[in-house]
Amino acid sequence: MRHDATRGTALAAAAAVLLLAGCGSDDPVNHPWRPGGAPTDAPAEAPVASDLSGSVAGAGASSQESAMQAWVAGFQSANPDVSVAYDPVGSGGGRTQFVEGGVAFAGSDAPLDEEELAAAQERCAPGEVVEAPLYISPIAVVFNLEGVDSLAMSPATVAGIFAGTITRWDAPEIAAENPDVALPDLGITPVNRSDESGTTENFTEYLHATAPEAWPHEPSGDWPVSGGQSAQGNSGVVQTVTDGTGTITYADASKAGSLGTVRLGVGDEFVEFSPEAAAAVVDASPRAEGRPATSFVVELDRTTTAPGAYPLVLISYTLACTAYEDPATGELVSAFLSYVAGEAGQAAAADTAGSAPVSDALRSEVLPVLEGIG
Amino acid sequence: MSTSDTPPVRQEDDDLQAARRPHRDTAGRVFAGLSTGAGTLILVVLAAVAAFLLLRAWPALTAGSEELAAISWIPDHGSIVRYVGPLVFGTLVAAVLALLMAVPVAVGIALFISHYAPRRLAASLGYVVDLLAAIPSVIYGLWGGLWLSRRLEGVWGWLADNLGFIPLFEGPAATPPRVMMTVGVVLAVMILPIITAVAREVFLQTPRLHEEAALALGATRWEMVRMAVLPFGRSGLISASMLGLGRALGETMAVLMILSPGLTYSFALLLAGRHQTIAANIALQFPEASPLGVSALIATGLALFVITLAVNMAARWVVARRKDFSGAN
Repeated sequence: MRHDATRGTALAAAAAVLLLAGCGSDDPVNHPWRPGGAPTDAPAEAPVASDLSGSVAGAGASSQESAMQAWVAGFQSANPDVSVAYDPVGSGGGRTQFVEGGVAFAGSDAPLDEEELAAAQERCAPGEVVEAPLYISPIAVVFNLEGVDSLAMSPATVAGIFAGTITRWDAPEIAAENPDVALPDLGITPVNRSDESGTTENFTEYLHATAPEAWPHEPSGDWPVSGGQSAQGNSGVVQTVTDGTGTITYADASKAGSLGTVRLGVGDEFVEFSPEAAAAVVDASPRAEGRPATSFVVELDRTTTAPGAYPLVLISYTLACTAYEDPATGELVSAFLSYVAGEAGQAAAADTAGSAPVSDALRSEVLPVLEGIG
Repeated sequence: MSTSDTPPVRQEDDDLQAARRPHRDTAGRVFAGLSTGAGTLILVVLAAVAAFLLLRAWPALTAGSEELAAISWIPDHGSIVRYVGPLVFGTLVAAVLALLMAVPVAVGIALFISHYAPRRLAASLGYVVDLLAAIPSVIYGLWGGLWLSRRLEGVWGWLADNLGFIPLFEGPAATPPRVMMTVGVVLAVMILPIITAVAREVFLQTPRLHEEAALALGATRWEMVRMAVLPFGRSGLISASMLGLGRALGETMAVLMILSPGLTYSFALLLAGRHQTIAANIALQFPEASPLGVSALIATGLALFVITLAVNMAARWVVARRKDFSGAN
């Protein structure tokens, strides 16, 4: 009996240790979701004694998730009585919930289509719908090839590789664009996303616009070529590329890690991805027409030849209304989104999620609208 | 098996007790009511699950092919049956592959523990196997997906190069090895402990008399195992395999993390983008699915439900059929 009791105590102690260890890894003191646990390298803000209080909920694109964590943490540290929740259910789910009035704001990798816009205007009446491109993220084309860190590729070459017409690393198309690189005699294994995603949609849209001959498929959130390697999520494809040899994929630039990256052909030069280059293509692109004045939807010019612009970017929009039934909600949404669009918010997202801060020109247009929400 | 002769005894016992205490049976009746209620509850839950699946799958089952084609991940001109077909195929291939690899090894481990290992070692080994069976499958899945699968690439390459003429091993092997064969190995590792634990228990139930009789007739230990232990344990082994099969059929995370999915009826186990299982597909497509898409996914879930029921019923049938002439009696 005595023996059993000792063993029981030992087991309980072991379980307790395991539980504590579990807490330790799940809930680090400085985790961004933890109240007051703002990333330490975020720009320090003066601790303003704010009188805002209450809670506000949003939902939508998972691409914005890590940026949203930084924004929520930054905003809550300045406004300790406010709680902001963001459910990364996906763009489609976010748009639906926003239109149905389930959430006060939403994140979406695509602007509202005509039908959704009409329904959203009804929801926001008498106010207007706000669509603001507050999360701009470069998509990197990354590969795993021993001894090669960087390759230059024109859009047609990238399209050929992912469409399966260029199958070897020492193919003449790649060799012609990289005369100084010793390319191995190795098969290319393209890896794509297996789940429906905004990253895939933007990548196929880019290939469709820039290399229509090499890429015969329509833009789509689902990968159009079947029978290849694929994995779930940005981290999944990057893991797959890391595990294989001669593999190549497209992924959110912040997840690229130490893999080799492709410099994309823009006009006559090859551009490496960077936050500045990504922001440059948004500035170079025209606004979409036929939408409300508070909608800042950009028609991305993928074929731009503007110097230093990196046209393979994902824009994730923030959806909100200019007026809410409950003025308290409006006040909170206004304060939160103004912070997100502000320099501090954009810098926090750039630090955590590797996104490109919006340009001053865009900010000067968007901020007055966001501050006017009530 | 060994409990088959106990119910009459218990029945007598009950009768005796009831006769002794005719007026104090309220507790007995409450308990009978409770256990009957619990028994009914499980049937109600089963019926509720089936009803939910049918109800929610109905829009997809009755939708026209044009409506379904609007769902981006359903192939064009597809009906729901044509979408579910390859998924069912992939699910069965994964589960059968896992079972083929796991059962022989599990039987070996169980026999070693029950009949070969020294007694003290056997006790601690048995304890370890029980512990392993209690580890959630997702842990094995993570280990298999992140550690094991990468180390299988060379083996698959060798298989494709040397046995590539067999359609199963058609090459070139995919790099990284995110293929059905890897899924089979990881699933086999995941179901190994549960099959081993049950098989060990069954083998230990072999009547001592049978074993000693076999040995007395001059059988070697292997012959004794073959003549006495294996025939006796056959039906139990089938139950154990079905438990493992059930786990393999429904396994989601490991498949989701390891397999490069594709919707085909291909037997090429070393090529990427050929197979997908129902459970992994639901987990993969659910986050971005439209209402009709969710309905289509639930329809695939209904198929999985039916398969699992069918597999279990087939196992019951096999066990019941063999019971009469197995060594148990």
